[in-house]
Amino acid sequence: MMRGCSRSKSTQNLDRTVCMTNCPTLIVTVGLPARGKTYISKKLTRYLNWIGVPTREFNVGQYRRECLKIYKSFEFFRPDNEEGLKIRQQCASAALNDVRQYLADGGQVAVFDATNTTRERRETITVFAEQNGFKVFFVESVCEDPEVIAENIVQVKLGSPDYTNCNTEEAMEDFKKRIKCYENSYETLDEVLDRHLSYIKIMDVGRRYLVNQVQDHIQSRIVYYLMNIHITPRSIYLCRHGESDLNVKGCIGGDSGLSPRGKEFAKYLRQFIQSQEISDLKVWTSQMKRTIQTAEAVSVPYEQWKALNEIDAGVCEEMMYEEIQQHYPLEFAMRDQDKYRYRYPKGESYEDLVQRLEPVIMELERQENVLVICHQAVMRCLLAYFLDKTAEELPYLKCPLHTVLKLTPVAYGCKVESIYLNVDAVNTHRERPENVEVSRMAEEALLTVPAHQ
Amino acid sequence: MTLSVWALPSADMTTAQEKNELTQTPLLKIWVPWLGMGGCKLSCRRGSSVPQLTNSPTLIVMVGLPARGKTYISKKLSRYLNWIGVPTKVFNLGQYRREAVQSYKNFEFFRPDNEEAMQIRRACATNALKDVVIYFSKDHGQVAVFDATNTTRERRISIVSFSKEKGYKVFFVESICDDPDIIAQNITEVKVSSPDYVNCDKDEAQADFLKRIECYKQSYVPLDDEKDRHLSYIKIFNVGSRYLVNRVQDHIQSRIVYYLMNIHVTPRSIFLSRHGESELNLLGRIGGDSGLSPRGHKYATALGGFIKGQHIKDLKVWTSHMKRTIQTAEHLGIPYEQWKALNEIDAGVCEELTYEDIQENHPEEFALRDQDKYRYRYPNGESYEDLVHRLEPVIMELERQENVLVVCHQAVMRCLLAYLLDKTSDELPYLKCPLHTVLKLTPVAYGCRVEHICLNIEAVNTHRERPGNVDVTRDPEEALKTIPEHF
Repeated sequence: MMRGCSRSKSTQNLDRTVCMTNCPTLIVTVGLPARGKTYISKKLTRYLNWIGVPTREFNVGQYRRECLKIYKSFEFFRPDNEEGLKIRQQCASAALNDVRQYLADGGQVAVFDATNTTRERRETITVFAEQNGFKVFFVESVCEDPEVIAENIVQVKLGSPDYTNCNTEEAMEDFKKRIKCYENSYETLDEVLDRHLSYIKIMDVGRRYLVNQVQDHIQSRIVYYLMNIHITPRSIYLCRHGESDLNVKGCIGGDSGLSPRGKEFAKYLRQFIQSQEISDLKVWTSQMKRTIQTAEAVSVPYEQWKALNEIDAGVCEEMMYEEIQQHYPLEFAMRDQDKYRYRYPKGESYEDLVQRLEPVIMELERQENVLVICHQAVMRCLLAYFLDKTAEELPYLKCPLHTVLKLTPVAYGCKVESIYLNVDAVNTHRERPENVEVSRMAEEALLTVPAHQ
Repeated sequence: MTLSVWALPSADMTTAQEKNELTQTPLLKIWVPWLGMGGCKLSCRRGSSVPQLTNSPTLIVMVGLPARGKTYISKKLSRYLNWIGVPTKVFNLGQYRREAVQSYKNFEFFRPDNEEAMQIRRACATNALKDVVIYFSKDHGQVAVFDATNTTRERRISIVSFSKEKGYKVFFVESICDDPDIIAQNITEVKVSSPDYVNCDKDEAQADFLKRIECYKQSYVPLDDEKDRHLSYIKIFNVGSRYLVNRVQDHIQSRIVYYLMNIHVTPRSIFLSRHGESELNLLGRIGGDSGLSPRGHKYATALGGFIKGQHIKDLKVWTSHMKRTIQTAEHLGIPYEQWKALNEIDAGVCEELTYEDIQENHPEEFALRDQDKYRYRYPNGESYEDLVHRLEPVIMELERQENVLVVCHQAVMRCLLAYLLDKTSDELPYLKCPLHTVLKLTPVAYGCRVEHICLNIEAVNTHRERPGNVDVTRDPEEALKTIPEHF
């Protein structure tokens, strides 16, 4: 939730610190290997960063790899391997040290990704957090389904740096023995013994959740997010509306209809979608004419979301960049200085757009196959979420007209396929010009404006 | 990332009909296919303008011993769902029983060996479920909350098969509480004053009710981790310190779970106020982003004094991003948070116009707005319906918080008030939220106590009542009849 906090003298550009929590939060994963802890850590981190909460994950396995250099076999993880235990302890401490540094340096949430399967280890972490004034929230993943575990191992463990020199069977065998090393000492979060801790226990990949002592807003949002994600294979298709009449003229915003080429694109989109043979495809549009016209041509039921409407350019609606430079040169320069946070007068910023789109992302997480027909700025925001782009990169992501992006979750990230549907369209992508000073000349400002009629 | 260019076979590009012609519905400003001279047929358009939260009616079934907060949860949940636009109704079994039995004698009615009473209670349950069917099939209801103890597996199984047969989804909400203080508190707040105990004194009522609870305890079988693993439910332990959530099926159930996990029963108050009178208010102009008038500044100071006098513990103050609410909050001398979501309704092309201007330049729009003020969307602007959607995260956070003062705007305050006081979408746009008045809302029993505190600083009236004639054919005088005075 993006809201600015006030200081006693309000100014036009307030500090955009997010006041959701008053102290940093340490999220601690708990669970045997191959239970999805790293998957959850990375996804949660991506989501929190996207909604504006500075978050970083700290994977103890990575610290161990840096320390050990070469992984020999599961024997390293044997509970009676004194030397192994010492090294693992040191790695955990090193990671916690970095956590402390990060949270002192402006980080808001740190995700401590490790097995943390003993009560003793968790007690150490709780003490560490108390000493430093951090809130702790545990995320435990419990799963006994052998198929799910095997699938996890195949997807993310076999390709791990630990197993670069092994074949599939060897790697699988070794990893299973590694899991065994943890099983005997595993103490799951207990309803009675751990009743004062704040945690969520995720069972069987989301069939069931146990949620205990949620302390504040950010923990509540984390719980809501974790309860909405799933791992059923599916694809998300993102595209813009077909080329519009205002696009052709080089004007931004507005609510115009499709140009003849845009209508062509809509027909091609229909054929493309049919050829993909997607089961149970949901189609979403904004409430603007150009996305709806596009969806109508695809000939499948669709839902209109006002939240998917293009960024509101306020006083600059329906202007060409040349006109903006002419009438609002100051605004134009400020936008180039910080395109993510810049808000059009009487309009919106990309930052506002992200907040507006959060329910769309939440519903996208719940759904399976979805085609989202939207707009340039909106698509940039959605893409940044899926591909973990920063606020600096987001407003300059390339989302050309007449191109469909097919996103398929794989391992810890997203596979992207870009399919250009072979119908010409204007380019609407304006790169950041060199000179972003308010004192710049008109030509410098307009250097990167794409061609139009 | 892999790149490819889509190459199409040249044949078969024709579509049955050019589907690209659209028209915008006048009231909602929604684009729909234009189907010739007859205009658009909303019923056969492909696009739904409301995101689909669920595709079949949902029956929420409460589970728990008496005095565990089932009715409190039922009413609150129903209020929330109705406010976000999901038609919901509570079916309280106790009410059916009171209608059947007329006068309640004592707890013996609830004894498990009271055959005659058992028959009556079963009949009541059947009637309630019959009404649920009518609500879903004839009254366009989407969610029904079956508020009863439902403490036996037998009863729950029969509800599940009833729902399966009808094609309803079932979601159980079980409230488990073993804290005797909380239970005693519940009994005092809502049971002692129930129609059942109208002729008893407090202690008699309390004692009888405790015996009533005992009658249920013997046969109470909570939802079981193993046996009920195929059911969809949430178990709430001790007023929310712990939750168990099993098999959430769809979006609406996910939203219900999120809501239930954010509400609490800690006593607190919510203060709602508009910004002080603004320069544009004085001129009778709507919207805009002007500063406070001199009287507005006076109000802000008075508001500061009032708040100090209330001695509120840990008060949070929220404003919008608009100048007038921020100026108001500045006078309070307390830290405040700005929410863009609290900005006033966007009047689009009508921003900063007077009602007289709107009548002159957009008479048809003005009439449409009077016809359906809740759903009407200003051209390039918003509707009250849009506002509710935008305010949902604010409401969710209000539920999480304790003492909060919200400094906002007329339309925004109407939406928040409608949620807190369970007003319908017809009433909402006409709720009275005058300038320079603080509303103090304190949750009590199943609802909210409201105190109006007028801080005695003069201000213009900005409330326009619905005029008699709302036809597009009306005369300007008829349209302008109810406009409040301005400079």
